[in-house]
Amino acid sequence: MSNNIFDKSTDDSWDLIITPQKSWFDLQLRQIWRYRDLLMLFVRRDVVAFYKQTILGPLWYFIQPIATTIVFTFVFGNLAGLSTDGLPQPLFYLAGITAWSYFADCLTKTSTVFRDNQAIFGKVYFPRVISPLSIVISNLLRFGIQMFLYVGMIVYFLFQGVSFPLSWEILLFPVFVIFMAMQGLGLGMMITAMTTKYRDLSYLVTFGVQLMMYATTVVYPLSSLGGKMYWVVALNPMTFVIEGIKKSTLGVGVLTPETFLYTSVVSLVILTMGFLIFNKVEKNFVDTI
Amino acid sequence: MSKAIQVENLSKVYQIGEFSTGTLSRDIERWWALARGKDDPFLKIGETNVRSEKGESNVVWSLKDLNFEVEQGEAIGIIGKNGAGKSTLLKVLSQVTTPTTGTIKMKGRVASLLEVGTGFHPELTGRENIYLNGAILGMQKAEVKKKFDEIVDFSGVDRYIDTPVKRYSSGMTVRLAFAVAAHLDSEILIVDEVLAVGDAEFQKKCIGKMDEISKGEGRTVLFVSHVMESVMEFCKNSMLLEDGIIKDIGQSEKIIDSYLSNSHTSKPKTKKNDSVIYFESVNTMDEFGKTKNIFSYNENIYVKVKYTVKSIINNTIVWFDIRRSGEILFCSSDTDFSNSFTLKRDRGDYTAIVKLDKNFFNSGTYNLVFGINSYKPDLEYDRLENVSFRVHDDQEMDNPEFYQRIGLIKPIVEWNVTKEVKYE
Repeated sequence: MSNNIFDKSTDDSWDLIITPQKSWFDLQLRQIWRYRDLLMLFVRRDVVAFYKQTILGPLWYFIQPIATTIVFTFVFGNLAGLSTDGLPQPLFYLAGITAWSYFADCLTKTSTVFRDNQAIFGKVYFPRVISPLSIVISNLLRFGIQMFLYVGMIVYFLFQGVSFPLSWEILLFPVFVIFMAMQGLGLGMMITAMTTKYRDLSYLVTFGVQLMMYATTVVYPLSSLGGKMYWVVALNPMTFVIEGIKKSTLGVGVLTPETFLYTSVVSLVILTMGFLIFNKVEKNFVDTI
Repeated sequence: MSKAIQVENLSKVYQIGEFSTGTLSRDIERWWALARGKDDPFLKIGETNVRSEKGESNVVWSLKDLNFEVEQGEAIGIIGKNGAGKSTLLKVLSQVTTPTTGTIKMKGRVASLLEVGTGFHPELTGRENIYLNGAILGMQKAEVKKKFDEIVDFSGVDRYIDTPVKRYSSGMTVRLAFAVAAHLDSEILIVDEVLAVGDAEFQKKCIGKMDEISKGEGRTVLFVSHVMESVMEFCKNSMLLEDGIIKDIGQSEKIIDSYLSNSHTSKPKTKKNDSVIYFESVNTMDEFGKTKNIFSYNENIYVKVKYTVKSIINNTIVWFDIRRSGEILFCSSDTDFSNSFTLKRDRGDYTAIVKLDKNFFNSGTYNLVFGINSYKPDLEYDRLENVSFRVHDDQEMDNPEFYQRIGLIKPIVEWNVTKEVKYE
């Protein structure tokens, strides 16, 4: 491919033209494709660097959800006595925690992309969006590993005599995972684009994500809510994702064509907006950060 | 020859001062104050007084209306003082930031090396970092794979290739990083002052490689350096930037002369006031004490070194070396003839003047590196690199065939020839 650059017949066809302005919709998808190897190497770097020089290595992927599940079971299940839609408490919480932490990690890590990569971005050009994409993918690997724990627990409860009314809806499970990725990535990209100018937002994200979890059906089922509270929680785009994940894997949760449509539209809008804002900021952020 | 780079009306403006206050709440506060017709609460004092310049005062033209072209296969040097806009130009050319006005057109793939080892991850091994760094610089995995052995070979770290980079010495890291960059398969290579790192031997190897890249492989190279002698060595043409505009562009020798004739004193970029001993400034001058950087072959060269000692210290040496073509010609220190490394220095400002004899340096550009070190323990207190001088031999100009000599130096060597036996 690079050989025909020297082709004299294309004497005036420049390969790269740099101009001050870039349009909102110039997403450079071809550029991203050209840097796909870098994307995979970033993913590899994140995964490898995570467990190097740790004793437990990838086991850490299990420790966090297990510990949180135990705490939630104790606090929300036993002390507060919140309903779990008839599901075994550990399973209910584990489903919510695993899904939520994927979303939360994508969001928080993506929201500091510009700040974290300041040094690299200031020295070399590659499509900046590679960095947030690599975060989403490396977290997806982690999510995949955590799914073993989840499946293991389902199998355990099956042996205990609990039955899960599964249906074709299990096919929607990967779709919901993609929705989570889209929302985490989109919101994260919006926030990181804005934190280049306003640092406040990065402080907001850390506890904002924590608070948002309580407005999502992680520690309680949607069915336990009524009136105004129902609507507040239902409008939260992550709610029906978590509900959908529970419904598709455990057979209990809210999943209707309307909620599915709502979630897919909102996810798409968030991702598109994230991409556009990120794309607008990436070119010059080096000057402002 | 076709053009590889074409730059038209390129400008870059930086806003200085508070174009944003940095936090959302303050921006809202400012907006609210302005909306009520009050003064901007975050405007700096003084700014409001210069009404006439107010529109202009908070912008800086880092680059102003640059126009130039670079031929394919050409190596062009970019020189200029600190703050002349060299780095900004490279940043814009390598797409790290956008220009404010103008266009840049380039042919072929562009790789830029603004820093050695960008994106190296300390936890990853040398091997993993080669792939990662290669990809960051724009190579595909398959390309890196093809060149992997060459890269390792060039870097000379093959024994440690599966060791995490955090265990490497800084020199090894630099070698590995440069090796990756040197094997980039791009048609245009943009290089910033990266050769300043690493030892002299490796610097020489790098210059050699860059030469090979531009001359042998026909790739276009843009090279920024403070080291005049490497620019001279390796770039046929150069561009002199001054305050964001192109002061001159043309043959390296001419451009470097015009840069050096604008005599300058080198000062450390950052003040190290917490250091015990540090350089104030260094410069070269003639016998009358006039600062200059271009000398005649028949002229003594004086080097003036000013340094400050903050508290009594007795185990340091102040030294410099003179380099050409990446080779250290010689080095010298103020303890050379004192028979010991211990020279007691009291608090105070010092000036050392070193005389370099005439009729010694060959015509060409030399680079000086200054340092303050202690012998035991082995510590570096300060280091200063960007001082160059040039030597001209007028006789050479008149009669190059006879007076030109190859070699790094041109000392006067006496020959005594006697005829012992006469053959008929």
